[in-house]
Amino acid sequence: MRKSFRAGAVAMLAAATMLAAGCSGGSTAGSQSAATSDPNQKVELTYWAWAPNLDKVVELWNEKNPTIHVTVNKQDGGDPAVTKLLTAVKAGSGAPDLIQAEYQKIPTLVAADALADLSGTVANDTKSHFPDGVWNDVTLGGDALYSVPQDTGPMVFYYRADIFEKLGIAVPKTWDEYAAAAKTVHAADPEAHLGTFSSNDAGWFTGMAQQAGASWWGVDGDAWNVKIAEEPTEKVAGYWGGLVEEGVIDNKPMYTPEWNTALNTGKQVGWLSAAWGPGVLEGNAGATAGLWKAAPMPQWDASKPSTGNWGGSSTAVTSQSKNLDAAAKFATWLNTDPEAIKALVKEAGIYPADTAGAESSLTEAPAFFSNQPDFYKIVGEAAQNVGSFTYGPNVNVAYNAYNDQFAKAAQSKEKSAFLDAVSTMQQVTVDDLKKTGFTVK
Amino acid sequence: MTVTRPGPAADTAAGTPRKSQNFKSRVLIPYAMLAPGIILFLVFMAAPIIYTLVLSFQKKKVSGLGLGKGSQSTAFAGLDNYVSALSDPEFLGSVLRVLTYGLILIPLMLGFALLFALLLDSRRTRAGSFSRTAIFLPYAVPAVISSLLWGFLYLPGVSPFHFLARQFGMELPSLLDPNLVTFAICNIALWGGVGFNMIVIYTSLKAVPSEIYEAAKLDGCSEIQTAIRIKIPIIAPSLVMTALFSMIATLQVFAEPTTLRPLANSLSTSWSPLMLVYRDAFTRNDVFSAAATSIVIALATFIISFLFLRIVQKRAFGQEN
Repeated sequence: MRKSFRAGAVAMLAAATMLAAGCSGGSTAGSQSAATSDPNQKVELTYWAWAPNLDKVVELWNEKNPTIHVTVNKQDGGDPAVTKLLTAVKAGSGAPDLIQAEYQKIPTLVAADALADLSGTVANDTKSHFPDGVWNDVTLGGDALYSVPQDTGPMVFYYRADIFEKLGIAVPKTWDEYAAAAKTVHAADPEAHLGTFSSNDAGWFTGMAQQAGASWWGVDGDAWNVKIAEEPTEKVAGYWGGLVEEGVIDNKPMYTPEWNTALNTGKQVGWLSAAWGPGVLEGNAGATAGLWKAAPMPQWDASKPSTGNWGGSSTAVTSQSKNLDAAAKFATWLNTDPEAIKALVKEAGIYPADTAGAESSLTEAPAFFSNQPDFYKIVGEAAQNVGSFTYGPNVNVAYNAYNDQFAKAAQSKEKSAFLDAVSTMQQVTVDDLKKTGFTVK
Repeated sequence: MTVTRPGPAADTAAGTPRKSQNFKSRVLIPYAMLAPGIILFLVFMAAPIIYTLVLSFQKKKVSGLGLGKGSQSTAFAGLDNYVSALSDPEFLGSVLRVLTYGLILIPLMLGFALLFALLLDSRRTRAGSFSRTAIFLPYAVPAVISSLLWGFLYLPGVSPFHFLARQFGMELPSLLDPNLVTFAICNIALWGGVGFNMIVIYTSLKAVPSEIYEAAKLDGCSEIQTAIRIKIPIIAPSLVMTALFSMIATLQVFAEPTTLRPLANSLSTSWSPLMLVYRDAFTRNDVFSAAATSIVIALATFIISFLFLRIVQKRAFGQEN
């Protein structure tokens, strides 16, 4: 008995050694030269990003800055990169110097102590480059600066100009006109819809609630408050619920093979989407190039135009970076330097957050909208009307609740179910904050 | 224990030095050979399980706004995570859905597998190896791929079945509707799983000595009688095994509903217990409740398998003892 115990102990020890060896392997990646005091010392920075061809933009920087070399480490996308970063922060090592962070993820990352405060660096002087709403997203309304804005997704209304013309519909300027147009489209062809209420992308709905004036989280002293179940969001949910109940708007999710087919065959006549919409349309309905047009989003109050934001990301420096100043310098260059922005537009196909940069680099309409030379003028005007929106520390929970609750509502095709979904979202989000120990007012 | 067992007579006669040498080879060498297995087990099985247990008793603790350094920490949660997992209506809902799914799927799966195996084994079957491969082939398709494939076939807007029905003036119900979606998932699992179970049963049918069939034939047994009275009782152990595998696979259903979910409004992110675990761990960033829920699922799987074996063991393996 004793002998077998000893053999077991040896095996355990061996296992423990292996575990320890496995753990220590990662720590070397994080330790970089801490000598930032010497400006001629070469600094190596790592950058996790998922925007296409970002490495080509970074090459421009590397050519011009021999002392600060940036290596792009391609990621699968926003969510996986965030999960990896949170794991690295928990492990104490393995995080990159810079990461491409979506705006709605910033509070979560800040709460996990994953991002460095850039307020003492060059990045802080770039406030004037960006619209106030976007700046609010990266400062969370406080004195700290957690990220440098890169791109945004101001929302516009894409529609099939040829079908509108055939049916004699004017481009809707208000949501009432949108509803009327939806009825006309559906009456002319029972299989066609002006749009669909999709339960699989919470960002889309957030953008529309933002347009109506919602801001789902807020900071009140030392407490968070959650303002999902309030007038603006309820108005938007009720409006779409009503259209779905009437059957004039489809209730199927976006990005399904069915939706792609409908885009191609003219059964989906319009799409409320963001500045990056042309890329999706080109990929999913390439044959309809030149048939679509872009217009400002329909308005609740035509005299006070506003729009929402769907998507967009920023460049953040992680709390594990040993070269805060160099990283901030690079992030600032990447998102405000005219040459860098031009390259971002050309290589990565983004809509820059930098106001002046967007104006100077977005001169030519995307190929899919070649029939609309003023495409970026419309998007640019929309970008100026994006309302301010505060994200909270549990956006993921709220978005997940959106997926589940609005899926049920869309399936039921009842307006009241849409309103119930809003209050359940509120409930789930507040409960989660309380359960974790946040102070909620 | 090998240590306590008396060694062969030759050893005792040889004296002490020889004995210690022999002891080394008798006791240590087997352990040395087992060591790689033990180490792998400890590192890749025991350690994660223990870590999951540790996580399941913790929770995240936040002070104030939860922003900035040191405002978040982990704290001991006691049984909180288990209590909230077991009392969560979403968890209970997911368990009920999966039980319904299993009640539909397992009998169909085993029934078809047994039927196909008996047909292939019957002497009149032609093109046996072709049919065998054809039935087995779907098993080689990964669950995510087969779910995508079936998802395309289910969506009324792109489905060829719906298209054909419309040509004849009929409108088929969408299998992705909330009341039919369980069948849609069952169908995918059935399509992918029957082949594997069929091969297991067929293999054990092939192992039955042919004298038994000859004896049955001499007694005037028809093919169907042979199947029911001889073949099925003899292969009962493999039926038990395939049933057990199917039950465990049912409790772990994940890929099919996860892949179908974005295509329709009828599947929630907590449709099955494992989806709930995945959602808590990766969407909601709450590894602690996810750990507690996965321990509950693991225990339930263990208990169900154990009970099932207890109940059927006597019947299935009775003649072996």
